[in-house]
Amino acid sequence: MDIYLPIAEVSVNLFLLLGMGGGVGFLSGIFGVGGGFLMTPLLIFIGIPPAVAVGSEASQILASSSSGVMAHMRRNNVDIKMGIVLVAGGAVGSAFGVWLFRELRELGQIDLVISLSYLIFLGIVGSLMFVESVRAWFQVQCKGGRGKLHRHHWLHGLPFKMRFQRSRLYISALTPLVLGFLVGILAAIMGVGGGFLMVPAMIYVIGMPTQVVVGTSLFQIAFVTAVTTFLHAVNNQTVDIILALSLIVGGVIGAQIGTGVGAKLRGEQIRILLALIVLVVCAKLGFDLIVTPDDLYSLGAAGH
Amino acid sequence: MGRHRLLVWFLAAALPAFLLAGNLRANGLAADVSDRLIAITAAFVGGKVVVFGSVDQAKDDIVITMQGPRQTQTVQRKARIAGIWINRDRVHFEDVPSFFAIASTRPLNELASESVRHQFGLGVDHIALNLSDRFDYSLDEKEAFAAALIRNKQKAGLYTKTSGKVTFPGPKLFRTTFSFPANVTPGHYQIEVLRLKGGQVIDAQQSGVLISKIGMEAEVFDFANQRSALYGMIAIVIAVAAGWLAGVVFRRA
Repeated sequence: MDIYLPIAEVSVNLFLLLGMGGGVGFLSGIFGVGGGFLMTPLLIFIGIPPAVAVGSEASQILASSSSGVMAHMRRNNVDIKMGIVLVAGGAVGSAFGVWLFRELRELGQIDLVISLSYLIFLGIVGSLMFVESVRAWFQVQCKGGRGKLHRHHWLHGLPFKMRFQRSRLYISALTPLVLGFLVGILAAIMGVGGGFLMVPAMIYVIGMPTQVVVGTSLFQIAFVTAVTTFLHAVNNQTVDIILALSLIVGGVIGAQIGTGVGAKLRGEQIRILLALIVLVVCAKLGFDLIVTPDDLYSLGAAGH
Repeated sequence: MGRHRLLVWFLAAALPAFLLAGNLRANGLAADVSDRLIAITAAFVGGKVVVFGSVDQAKDDIVITMQGPRQTQTVQRKARIAGIWINRDRVHFEDVPSFFAIASTRPLNELASESVRHQFGLGVDHIALNLSDRFDYSLDEKEAFAAALIRNKQKAGLYTKTSGKVTFPGPKLFRTTFSFPANVTPGHYQIEVLRLKGGQVIDAQQSGVLISKIGMEAEVFDFANQRSALYGMIAIVIAVAAGWLAGVVFRRA
């Protein structure tokens, strides 16, 4: 059954959209990631204009993360003060990203920038995760002590110190502000929540305790994708509600099934699998940039 | 409001058509289309329009064209920079029909000379492609960009690859069918029926079809474009509500 998407102005099979939402939701349920990094390239691949893919995906991530953050808030797993600082940086980053997106679209370079951002970030994160998880798999018997909870480095010397009770931290507000800002830019340009960068950064750069990391990251993602959805809607008119709803419906069902499956797998196995998926997406994007296209010419924007 | 504007466009586009038809003494030629309005609804997968008419001399040739709303179209060319393919050169063509289809009683090169076909824009290779800005490339380069525009439009199903056939179901009755894909630009589509005798155009009739988003599709599009801040807020509310609902449903289950 085909459905005409009013903003994307293309006709797509509804079951394909539900299936993609379900498939990516399944993976995000297993791995505990948002899945935007898989969904946005997939949407572009099936012929949704990149601008609409990014704008609509932001609202899908908003749906899945807001459902997650409510569950974490009930269990008191969210450092709300930290979250607010991250969101403040994220909102500015998102605004900057949406502006940059618009400029790049006018220049006809947005597709390239989306591909390159994916290539760089997925490449780095995928390789690190792969190496780390393979090492963890082989060292699973050796129970080495972890040492200190967090190290002290130059970041702790920055001014504007703030106390974050829930995370038991007394650090400069600049660190989460800048981190939020950077992830906000990525959310706007790549159509991702940024959890794949935020979670490691919270653990290794800010030094937050792991039990509040996922909840706080979801808190940040929910608010920043809300800002991103709004800004894309206002500046670029590229949020397709019909597209987003189709993905949301498939996504929530897939995520529930995935969560059940994920609980049965071992941590390192999950991470190796996720790393491999990330690297495959990355390789595909890299291949498309390097291989000589069939036609060097393409149609750009059409306007009145 | 959006549809009112479309209606104004429709009338503005149709007016010269009536005048032209009068000038070319259309008494021997009459034509019409099967649908004046084609609705883009949620189930829209493209469509068809039948053009039919009558002519008093069955021996004459009939050529029918269908053209979509005119746009400024950007064509870009990739170049390899530092190992990756990047869109480097960009040109803009002005007043390019977003859609072009043609049908005729005989192959186009048999029924009219090159110059007549050029004058009346008969065939994809005779669509007037004019650059909208200063152009630093050679004439060959311009040709290459123009050819690329046509090639890519054909690939998207928006320009016909081969011209269609105008048939005569009755001795003086002609008809043809144009089909268009789901990715057509909404707007006023101009249909022109030409009657040729001895390779010269002797009559012309114009008609039009409005392809327009209707119902929910139109509401969503107009809303997103005219009240984009409110649309953005509603998109947020819908997404959060869907997430919350999913959480509630699956916590129970």
